[in-house]
Amino acid sequence: MRTERIVLHFPKHLADKPVIVNLVRKFDLDFNILKATITPDEEGVMVLEITGEEENFQKGIQYLKELEVKIQPLSQDVIWDETRCTHCGYCVSYCPTKALQRDEKTYMVSFDPQKCTTCGICVEICPYKAMEIRLVI
Amino acid sequence: MAKTIEEINEKIREGKAVVVTAEEMIDIVREKGVEKAAKEVDVVTTGTFGIMCSSGIYFNIGHTKPRIKLGGGKVYLNNVPAYAGFAAADLFLGANALPDDDPRNRYYPGDFEYGGGHVIEDLVSGKEILLTATAYGTDCYPRKSLNAYITINDLNEAVLFNIRNAYQNYNVAVNLSNRPIYTYMGFLKPKLGNANYSSAGQLSPLLNDPFYKTIGIGTKIFLGGGIGYVAWHGTQHNPNVPRTERGVPKVGAGTLAVIGDLKGMSPKWLRGVSMKGYGVSLAVGIGVPIPILDEEIAFYTSISDDEIYAPVVDYSSTYPNREPDIITEVTYKQLRSGEIEVLGKKVPTSPLSSYVKAREIANILKDWIKTGKFLLTKPSAPIPGPESGIKFKPFSGREIKEEVKEK
Ligand code: SF4
Ligand code: SF4
Repeated sequence: MRTERIVLHFPKHLADKPVIVNLVRKFDLDFNILKATITPDEEGVMVLEITGEEENFQKGIQYLKELEVKIQPLSQDVIWDETRCTHCGYCVSYCPTKALQRDEKTYMVSFDPQKCTTCGICVEICPYKAMEIRLVI
Repeated sequence: MAKTIEEINEKIREGKAVVVTAEEMIDIVREKGVEKAAKEVDVVTTGTFGIMCSSGIYFNIGHTKPRIKLGGGKVYLNNVPAYAGFAAADLFLGANALPDDDPRNRYYPGDFEYGGGHVIEDLVSGKEILLTATAYGTDCYPRKSLNAYITINDLNEAVLFNIRNAYQNYNVAVNLSNRPIYTYMGFLKPKLGNANYSSAGQLSPLLNDPFYKTIGIGTKIFLGGGIGYVAWHGTQHNPNVPRTERGVPKVGAGTLAVIGDLKGMSPKWLRGVSMKGYGVSLAVGIGVPIPILDEEIAFYTSISDDEIYAPVVDYSSTYPNREPDIITEVTYKQLRSGEIEVLGKKVPTSPLSSYVKAREIANILKDWIKTGKFLLTKPSAPIPGPESGIKFKPFSGREIKEEVKEK
C-alpha cells in the first residue's frame, strides 16, 4: 500500500472528463480531494491524496501522464501564527531541526522557516494551534 | 519593622509604593539582605500562565419571551454541553467539556479540536456563540426550545469561576515505557525521551508565599487580564506535604479557587487549549500581589528557581496507577536550562506553562499597582496551612463490581 499526496494540473480539454473516477475504476485507487481550484486560465488544479497497491499506483500515474495531466509532489509550508503563540516553549524540544528555538534569556520562541522541514510535529502538539500547515501549489 | 496593608495602600495611592516582580526581588534580597529589602519593597508581584483544567464560567442569559426554564433541560454552547442544573436562566460551562459527537480517543490519539475552553475564549473575544436548548416546559416556563446566538454583551452576569488553579509546584512528567503516550502533561516520548513540566517556579504565586501568610480568601488578583479574587482554597488543596528548609513544597501542594468578572477579561489571558490524546482545556493567566509586611515575607518572596524542587514522575505507569514513587527530584533552574538528568540519562525538557507570559503578568500587575490602579486587599480569612491538618484524600468511595455502561 502506498499513500501519496500530489498536485495535479489539468489542461483545459480535460475539464469535463471523468479522470479521477477512472483512477478508482481502472486502477482500484482510493482518493481524497484535499483541494480543487480552477486557475484564471481555466486550468484545473487539484490536491489529491491517493492510496493503493504500488503496482496500481504506478499504472494510475502513467494513465494521468498519458492524458497530459501535469503531476507535482505536494509541497507544504508550516506557518507560525505569532499572535496565537504563547511562547510557552513546549514545541522547542520536539522540533527536530531547531527551526523553533527559544532565547536563553528572554525565553521568547522564534521560528525560522528556512530550517523547517515541515515534518508537522509542532502542528500536532502545539496546544494553542499556533502552528499551521498550509498547502502550497 | 512590620508594615500593614493599609500603610502600603496609602503609599500606592500617593504613587510612592515600591513594587517589584518576584524575579526582581531575588536580586534585591541577594544584594541588600532581607532586612533592608523588607523595609524598601512594599509589594512583590507574581504571575503564572498555564493550562488550568478546573476552570469554568457561569452566566445568566436573561429571560426569553415566553419564558424557558433551562434548569433540568439540555443546553449546548457551540455544540459543547453546558451544565443546566440551576434555575431558569443560569448556566455553567467547564473548560474540559466536549461536544457529544466529538470522537474523543476513539481515533487515538484524538485531536480534541474544540471544547469548553475554546467556547470561553470565543465568548471573551466577543464572538457570537450558538446557544441551543431544550426544556421540558412548565406552566410558568412554557417554552421548550431555544436556538439563538448570544454574545458576552447580551449576558447579565458572566463570571469566571475556577475551582482549582495556580498549583503550588507540580510534577515533571516522563515516560519510562516503550510506547509514546499522550497525557495532560503533553506528548511523552518512550524510554525517557523527554520531560515536561508546568510551573512558573520563582514567579509562581503560591511558591512565593509558601505558608499562605498573605494570600487568603478575598485577595484581589490579576485574573485573565481583568480583576479577580481568591474565593477559597482550591480543590485538592494539600498543604501537608514534604517541604524544603525554606518551607517550599517539594510536590504539588496548595491550590486556589479564583473568581472574577469575565466581562473585564481578555482572550490574551484566557486561551482555549487542545491537548492531543487528552482533551480540551483553558490556559489562564493569574497574577497575585504579595504585600511585604515583614522580613519573613520578604525572605519567602526571594525564592529562586534553583531552590525549588519538583518530583519526576513516570506517567506511563506510576501516575495512572496512583503509585507514590518519585524517580528523582530536579530544580526549576535545571528544568529551564532545557535538559535534566534522569536515571543517568540526559533528557530534554519542555515547559507547558509560559514563563514569558508569567513575566508579562507580573509586570502588568506591577504597573497597575505603581500607577495606583490596583490597591491591595486584606484577606477576610486565611486559606488552610499545614497547621490545619488538611490532607488530600485519594478516592475512598465503596466501589461496586459491575462495569458502568455508557448510556
Ligand atoms: S507550543 Fe505553540 S504556543 Fe507554545 S511556543 Fe510552540 S508554537 Fe508557541
Ligand atoms: S514542522 Fe517540524 S521542522 Fe518545522 S518547525 Fe515544526 S517541528 Fe520543526
